Amino acid sequence: MKFVDEFRDPEIINKTAEEIRRLVDPGRHYRFMEVCGGHTHAIYRFGLKDVLPANIELIHGPGCPVCVLPMGRIDDGLTLAKNPDVVFTAFGDMMRVPGVQGSPLEHKARGMDVRIVYSPADALKLAKANPDKHVMFFAIGFETTAPSTALTLMRARAEGVGNFSVFCNHVTIIPAIRAILDSPDMRLDAFIGPGHVSTVIGCRPYAWIAANEHKPIVVSGFEPLDMLQSIVMLLRQLRNGEAKVENQYKRVVPWEGNRAALQAMNEVFQLRPYFEWRGLGFISQSALRIRDSYAEFDAEQRFNVPGVRVTDPKAAQCGEVLKGVLKPAQCKLFGRECTPEHPVGALMVSSEGSCAAYYNYEHRKAMANSLAWPA
Amino acid sequence: MAVATDSTIPKIRFREPQIEMAHGAGGIASRRLVEGLFAPLLFSSAHPSLNDAAALEIGGVRLAMTTDSFVVKPLRFPGGSIGELAINGTVNDLAVSGARPEAIVASFVLEAGLPTETLEAEVRAMSRAAQEARVAIVGGDTKVVEHGKADGMYISTTGIGSCLPGLRVDAATVRPGDKVLLSGPIGDHGITILLARGDLDIEADLRSDTRSVFPLIEAMTREAGPGIRWMRDPTRGGVATSLNELARDCSLGIHIFEDEIPVRDSVRGACELLGLDPLHIANEGQFLAVVAAEYADAAYNALCQAAGGEEAVVLGELHEQPAGSVLVTTRYGGSRIIDMLVGDPLPRIC
Repeated sequence: MKFVDEFRDPEIINKTAEEIRRLVDPGRHYRFMEVCGGHTHAIYRFGLKDVLPANIELIHGPGCPVCVLPMGRIDDGLTLAKNPDVVFTAFGDMMRVPGVQGSPLEHKARGMDVRIVYSPADALKLAKANPDKHVMFFAIGFETTAPSTALTLMRARAEGVGNFSVFCNHVTIIPAIRAILDSPDMRLDAFIGPGHVSTVIGCRPYAWIAANEHKPIVVSGFEPLDMLQSIVMLLRQLRNGEAKVENQYKRVVPWEGNRAALQAMNEVFQLRPYFEWRGLGFISQSALRIRDSYAEFDAEQRFNVPGVRVTDPKAAQCGEVLKGVLKPAQCKLFGRECTPEHPVGALMVSSEGSCAAYYNYEHRKAMANSLAWPA
Repeated sequence: MAVATDSTIPKIRFREPQIEMAHGAGGIASRRLVEGLFAPLLFSSAHPSLNDAAALEIGGVRLAMTTDSFVVKPLRFPGGSIGELAINGTVNDLAVSGARPEAIVASFVLEAGLPTETLEAEVRAMSRAAQEARVAIVGGDTKVVEHGKADGMYISTTGIGSCLPGLRVDAATVRPGDKVLLSGPIGDHGITILLARGDLDIEADLRSDTRSVFPLIEAMTREAGPGIRWMRDPTRGGVATSLNELARDCSLGIHIFEDEIPVRDSVRGACELLGLDPLHIANEGQFLAVVAAEYADAAYNALCQAAGGEEAVVLGELHEQPAGSVLVTTRYGGSRIIDMLVGDPLPRIC
């Protein structure tokens, strides 16, 4: 398959892995954070840890939108959808994320009208096809998905669709990276920069990471070869004592980002003064709300939202895992109370969540490895 | 049936407060429901075999018996319809149990308001599929429920088959060194259904793979019968779920080779876009077989030479470790554990 097979070619992958082994200083331990959940998923799916030297440690970052959403927001969204005239729509990613009363899928099993959509435009289509219902889209995601929500709202207003609203949970990536770097228990050498987000925001917003924090960052694609090449680029910078922003994912990411997408976001959204992130707490100017000029489409302004605040179960250490302080398996609940089937924290739900990825692809392998592995 | 005494009180381990969609999705939750509630209360033997079909011996004749219900939306899709599935699904459950499908009875649950034209089309599809699979439809039942209660129609079929002589299909006979064979490309059915629902603006030239796999199994048995140890048709939950069930049943590790997994480009493309793993996608016309190493070539050649088996592959092999798990290995040395499907496969967007 074009644009995929080239980046999974074993021969080139092996050569790149060799290059990595040549570049690493055996006396040094490297801690690289992959910011994006898509990268976390790819690392496990392609077994990249087996290919990397043992002294390169990959730390999973905060870039999984489902994982960083506080539970109270899910409960708020589902409360609005208890009205039988409301249809709750969301991406498949959201469907198994637990609220206090259960996940959207569990609400669906109990009779709530919950539907999976593949884009906010599909939710708008649904609203137009069902004029007697109110269709609410539960929006999640970083700058990757925010532009499509913005464009959908612009269309809804242009077409005067009265029975459609968005419950907006869009967040922005840069403040989250800043919060991670400000965290005192965090020691990182470099960043694998998010590929999809950067198609929208470009590479320029990362300049401060290199200039002020002196950490190299390479914006990376999602195929095995992309990620290994990005690691080569990071190692070269570290070896040369450099810290700059580089773009490995040039075939998709323009340096300046996507101006039209940014304009649409600016038209519809404004920054919230602060927003709660699961595990990271309140981060100022880290999320988007719908502008007053679009108030009629803002579920939070249009309906009475209870504003539920739920503290995560005490024993769950989602925050530490999200910040990369703990590995998934070091959490007290991992694999016992918290499994992909019965997730306690959202990190165990999304296939991009580091706990689910670790559980699905690594956990039992690790257990088997601790027994004698036959040659 | 014997009255339960204190020592034989069945142990109910299923404690979940209500039935969720996941309990019917063929993955871990389905298994927990069957093993934790149905098996202890309904099955007479202490160690029921939870295979695709039950093995019976009546008057010295070895028979296989199975039942399946078909709920599918939409009723018709490229390459098939609920009627064909209802026949082929039951035929295949018998075939992978090592039996020649002989007879089927069918139950219909129809929704009031269903156009006769729709029903007739499905009955014709069943008749055609039964003829192709050379199985007789010998009885049935019809119920009608209120409008809005049954997605048009549900069909349930029960089949009986005669066991092929010299063939013993049992996970307990699987040994390290055995090979895993797969009859052809995976994911066609599940992705076809997903696209046919029309929620996605993706178009692909794809058809369901629904068919009887019995001719392939018969051909393989002729050449390699004594070496065949286990078979399964990887329907809901896909190849990953079937192989995980085997790994748990035989307490061995199954290694499959990523590069050997046969997936059509259009299925792969849809899976990449939606964040799905083809190994978790449903099939309706493929089967997996574990064959002793010394019979693997014969079984593989027999499959490849049979009509419809040309794309068969040797997918992997059995090892001692990782016991109870399925390991996918790549040519560049990476590996990952692949688990059963949890719930329905949900597309990942953001």
